[in-house]
Amino acid sequence: MAKLFEYQSKEILKKYGVKIPEGGIAKTKQEAVDIAEKIGYPVVIKVQIWETGRKGKGGIAFCEDAKCVEEYAEKFLGMEWGQFTVDTILIEKKLSIKQELFAGFIIDDATAEPVLIFSSIGGSGIEEIANAHPDKVAKMHIDYTRGLYSYQAREVARKTGIKGKILNKIGTTLAKLYKAMKEYDARSLETNPLGITEDGDVVALDAHIVIDDYGAFRHPDLGIEIAREFPRPATELEKIAWNVEKNDYRGTFYFIQMVKDVPDDGTHIGFHGAGGGGSMMSMDAVLNAGFKIANFTDTSGNPPASKVYRAAKIILSQPNIVGYFASGSGVASQEQFHSARGFVKAFLEDNIDIPAVLRLGGNYEEKAVEILHTYLKDLPCKVEGYKKDDSPDFCADRLKKLVEENGRKPHKVVPHKAYEPKGTEYVIETMTGHIYIDHALCEKCEEKPCVDACQYDVIELKDGKPMLKIDKEDAKKGKCTECLACEIACKFHGEGAIHIDLPIPGLKEYREKIIEKQGG
Amino acid sequence: MSILIDENTRVLVQGITGREGRTRTRLMKEYGTKVIAGVTPGKGGQDVEGVPVFDTVFEAWEKMGPFDASCIFVPAPLVKEAALEAIEAGIKLLLLVPDRVPIHDVLEIHAYAKQKGARFIGPNTLGVLSPQKAVLGMIGGRAQSAREWFKPGPVGVSSRSGGITSAISYYISKAGLGESTIVHVGGDAVVGMPHPEIMKLFEKDPQTEVIAMFGEIGTTQEERVAELIKKGELTKPLVAFIGGKAAQKGTRFSHAGAIVEGNRGSWESKVNALREAGAIVVDKITDIPEAVKRVLGK
Repeated sequence: MAKLFEYQSKEILKKYGVKIPEGGIAKTKQEAVDIAEKIGYPVVIKVQIWETGRKGKGGIAFCEDAKCVEEYAEKFLGMEWGQFTVDTILIEKKLSIKQELFAGFIIDDATAEPVLIFSSIGGSGIEEIANAHPDKVAKMHIDYTRGLYSYQAREVARKTGIKGKILNKIGTTLAKLYKAMKEYDARSLETNPLGITEDGDVVALDAHIVIDDYGAFRHPDLGIEIAREFPRPATELEKIAWNVEKNDYRGTFYFIQMVKDVPDDGTHIGFHGAGGGGSMMSMDAVLNAGFKIANFTDTSGNPPASKVYRAAKIILSQPNIVGYFASGSGVASQEQFHSARGFVKAFLEDNIDIPAVLRLGGNYEEKAVEILHTYLKDLPCKVEGYKKDDSPDFCADRLKKLVEENGRKPHKVVPHKAYEPKGTEYVIETMTGHIYIDHALCEKCEEKPCVDACQYDVIELKDGKPMLKIDKEDAKKGKCTECLACEIACKFHGEGAIHIDLPIPGLKEYREKIIEKQGG
Repeated sequence: MSILIDENTRVLVQGITGREGRTRTRLMKEYGTKVIAGVTPGKGGQDVEGVPVFDTVFEAWEKMGPFDASCIFVPAPLVKEAALEAIEAGIKLLLLVPDRVPIHDVLEIHAYAKQKGARFIGPNTLGVLSPQKAVLGMIGGRAQSAREWFKPGPVGVSSRSGGITSAISYYISKAGLGESTIVHVGGDAVVGMPHPEIMKLFEKDPQTEVIAMFGEIGTTQEERVAELIKKGELTKPLVAFIGGKAAQKGTRFSHAGAIVEGNRGSWESKVNALREAGAIVVDKITDIPEAVKRVLGK
């Protein structure tokens, strides 16, 4: 889920007419002072991170003058906070608060409805408050087709002991908050505290919104870089991976680094799962075998070979991994030879220097394993393919043996070389790349294995040369599934005339940086 | 008997002309599912695998209806419209296959389905399969594999992971047993028919003697199954495995539903609730067939 910072959440609330304290964000000392001078003292300064409980950990300060603002801005900006480095602080007018409330909206999976949780006493830990003061906390399930009306919200607030004119302001504020939650595709929205000021206003003093990953595409204004659950800001490699996923809807590709810089300790491996449950089961197997995972990856939902290729190339951009493990549920519905070809292209291109165990059980598993064993047998390290009757534990154990045989040697990242076209090739544009066919070489080829390999009937022989059989636009739209079969067939059984270029933006530069570090 | 689908279920496919729609229509037909018609707006009059294509669900219903179930293969952002159309046209069981359907769309579909007395499985589901009868969705991938992997028998299978749905069922068949119906409830945080709903159907199904369930961290589904057992609404023996023991709090590993938020849905909470209620919780997925056999006295 995409978490928003407090200031982003408050900007949304403001749009919906919810009152927030006057203020702004600063990235430098000077900006902080300027804001404080403009809004007037006293002010509150807050670090902007995704975690709650900032107050207790010293991430919030109150100031009466510019000198104090400068001191805290200096202290906060650049502060290491868990996996965050603070680069933004929020400076707001400090208000006089009469009463602190809590308002939160979450989604109840049991009823498939949003729920409003409201408390007339603020503070952290709504569950504890509910236990200690059941008369101060009320809940309401919201009928999704009707939404939340102010009158309903007033009744919820009344049940927590709130009386008088302020009920009206609370009612309309809660209805506005719900509207913001719904229209911004939020998984949850919380204001803690929601304050009643001395002047009788209801103001969101803090706000925390989590946007549903799958709805994030409807809100480009939020600038969410990666709509995936991350406990911290995304790494450069994760951003490269997300770009691959974002631009190719076929199947899913998930990549998260468990360690930012993989240590050279002989225990970390590249992990490549398939399917949610199968990936977790496989992860357990490698952890039990004594490995640590450098990354968690999942390619599933029938991804094309090109996506698996890109995933493998990204995993192999992590130095110091000592092995590569791929395994899913073992009984996959997807055609496993696509994944097999993705691995073949990536592993050959990088000429990988670590052993790999790839468990490709499921549909067409025989063909998948045969592809691996035929085309990857001459790599520096062993690649073993397994099927559905080989358990994840057995496979993890195999990898352990292979890694030990290889002396737990750490992986060295190699340059990412894209194919450089000569300009004379016949070119087919595919959904995410290009197929280059050097017809001069095809003339020497007797077998023309590429045409037989193309199970989707995308290419055919015209004047003895492989060319598009279907409409150019159809090929680009996805009729050519980027199964990579023609390239592999040509490389091993033909003249090596076919090169498929599947760009991965940013990977070349990323690897260059890694290689430079490796060298030093 | 079986639950949700059998050889008589009349099926509509929405998004039939797309990549997945086409491939899975072939699988369903070859396996024996009665695929009656398909819908892709703007492509009416075409034919996919011998199945006529219409522009709207209403038109398909007029000319080829009624339908018992609709299988939806449209891109995720369009799922809401497709589902609402199917429900409004009168279809009572929907299968939402796509991944990445916005959660608020699911809430809206849920509210409308409830109002119209319709049910839906998914989103993010591989589907439902009743061995030797019919398949809805893409379980098995192709008919030949589906026939090899799944056999008719007394075990009801319900799972939150697609691949594991197939894996558990395959292990059960390999152990000489078989399945009544195999259900992948979907991997998302909010699904139309979560585990408890499926349990209630298995409870009523005479073919089902024992239930195998794959649960996962996140959501309250497994805790609610434990409640059903405690209340006496689920009396058939349940063998369960809960995935995600090693997962970190707040980090999503794969399924959108597999994330622990606050104290809800942790691995411990699920395992404890199920064990207290009297379910058998095994430590490894591969232990499921043995546990099932013991329950059946085999």
